[in-house]
Amino acid sequence: MAETAQMQVSDEVAVSIENMNKWYGTFHVLRDIDLTVHRGERIVIAGPSGSGKSTLIRCINALEEHQKGRITVDGTVLSSDLKNIDRIRSEVGMVFQHFNLFPHLTILENCTLAPIWVRKTPKKEAEEVAMHFLKKVKIPEQADKYPGQLSGGQQQRVAIARSLCMRPRIMLFDEPTSALDPEMIKEVLDTMVELAEEGMTMLCVTHEMGFAQAVANRVIFMDAGQIVEQNEPKEFFNNPQHERTKLFLSQILGH
Amino acid sequence: MSDTHQQSIGFVRDSMLPQVAPPLGETGIFKWMKANMFSSIANGALTLAALAAIYYLLSGVLPWLLNGVWQADSIRECREILDGKVGGCFAVLAERWNQLLFGFKYPSELYWRPTLAFVLLFVAIAPVLFRKVFPAQMLWFSALYPFVAYFLIWGGSVLIPLFALLGFVLGYVFYSTFVARSFALGSFGGILVAMAVWYITGFLPIEGVLATEAVASRDMGGFMLNLILGTVCVSLSIPFGIALALGRQSDMLIIKWICVVFIEFIRGVPLITLLFVASVMLAYFFPPDANIDLILRVIIMITMFASAYIAEVIRGGLAALPTGQYEAGDSLGLDYAQKMRLIVLPQALKISIPGIVNVAVGLFKDTTLVSVISMFDLVGTIRGPVQASSEWNGVYWELLGSAALLFFVVCYGISQYSQWLERQLQTDHR
Repeated sequence: MAETAQMQVSDEVAVSIENMNKWYGTFHVLRDIDLTVHRGERIVIAGPSGSGKSTLIRCINALEEHQKGRITVDGTVLSSDLKNIDRIRSEVGMVFQHFNLFPHLTILENCTLAPIWVRKTPKKEAEEVAMHFLKKVKIPEQADKYPGQLSGGQQQRVAIARSLCMRPRIMLFDEPTSALDPEMIKEVLDTMVELAEEGMTMLCVTHEMGFAQAVANRVIFMDAGQIVEQNEPKEFFNNPQHERTKLFLSQILGH
Repeated sequence: MSDTHQQSIGFVRDSMLPQVAPPLGETGIFKWMKANMFSSIANGALTLAALAAIYYLLSGVLPWLLNGVWQADSIRECREILDGKVGGCFAVLAERWNQLLFGFKYPSELYWRPTLAFVLLFVAIAPVLFRKVFPAQMLWFSALYPFVAYFLIWGGSVLIPLFALLGFVLGYVFYSTFVARSFALGSFGGILVAMAVWYITGFLPIEGVLATEAVASRDMGGFMLNLILGTVCVSLSIPFGIALALGRQSDMLIIKWICVVFIEFIRGVPLITLLFVASVMLAYFFPPDANIDLILRVIIMITMFASAYIAEVIRGGLAALPTGQYEAGDSLGLDYAQKMRLIVLPQALKISIPGIVNVAVGLFKDTTLVSVISMFDLVGTIRGPVQASSEWNGVYWELLGSAALLFFVVCYGISQYSQWLERQLQTDHR
């Protein structure tokens, strides 16, 4: 699995972050972040809470503003130009911890909204694409229901389908399974594994270490707003170098 | 021994029992009364006291209502007919009905025009209020209705409403062309374009061109005036309220502070003060030759007043939305206008429905305040021309009671509609 995963990675750069810094007021959340993500790479970002993992991936689609450094997504440098930001956001899909589906729209409307309004896709075509991705996440029969009628796992799969409907080139996952019951985590992870096997460029903030071992071709460990260690999953889990990484792994893998 | 044992345990039913009615005190009206009216001694006493109060009230009101006189020329004739018996003098309603509806100066041969406008009002608001029932094409008529209604009620040159419409159309064309570039540029540019059109067409000599008989604003009155002010101000103050609420949340500091100052100032001033400003003082702020119509000035003031309140109600709705909704919209690449229109406002407005209706109902009733600036709305007509006349001087309950009834019907209708709408929009937890 690790080998095949390696082979799908191309030399093309999908995201490059150079010397990026961010502050909340005077609090220095992200410090000198340097990260290059190649197309087809699956990166898992781990670390204790408050280490800046979520903030890091939220900077990539400009949900958070960075104050210093340079982020290039798909060849476009993130600037404060709104058009520029909207273009990048339409290429980068994001899945949130709390799903953030639109409760006033049906599942199908959730999935077709952005293609119709941002991509100007005809409604009929957008609905066909939406049904295709709803089938892919295995809930086409729920298309006419409202998000409130679905279970957490189903909602998260709809959220993944909603992002995929925009045909993104990069997917960001912000703790997608943290708000789910243990039984539902698997159905969401299965969907993500399938996505990874198709060669999607993915950055996942997650505590699912099994997922990291199975799918990731790089694990990044963050603490106190900086990247402390990064390595291939096998090396990362079996032979961690930094003291903080060893402590973290011993605590989460201890039982 | 085994015999007796078997007899006491073994049992075979030889006939089935028929269904029997429950005891008398446990069904229907008796049970309901026991549960709801006489469940304890204290409750029983309260029930009897309430029944006595209702009886006392009805024994006063019913003879007055049923014994009422509907045919008479003056209050003296009413009294002669009643001859000392209790009874209302409803003849005043029959005799002055048109005045109560249209005011005492509106030309009686033109009553059909506002009546037609009133009937068309239902055609115009039906597709807005009941989206799923009526075809979407009917919304075109709803959009044109304000101009049709103006032409029907005021008359005059048909070019006046057409130029007003032209301003809106050109403003919208500008907005839709430039909104993709910037929401602020599109909206403010659109407003400027519309105002420029109105300003320029204001100089054109259109008096009497393609004209019907004109009725001046000071001749408007009666319940018609309340309905005009109510519908216009409610339908204007909702979009203005939305704009103010969004402006108050804006990142653009100047816009934000303009909205904050406007809202806080208008909310801090009584409506009557604003109406006096409209009737007397506003003239000082315009060029000496500018003659802004009195009803237009009042509409501006009431709309400003109501939109400040609605803005705060909608701000509550916006604050109730989780930030995740904004972020989800952002992450899909929607721009500001799309995000607001498709995601944020539908949800925020739904949350705000009870508050908006509260303001709308209050506003509709507040339109009676224009009687203090000598406009003869329903209450103004009653207090003025009707009660001041020598025929009907002294009739109070009948007139004010029917005014109350008219307002109650409209306000109760609004309230019932809003509750129906809330049930319709409930999609989140079922």
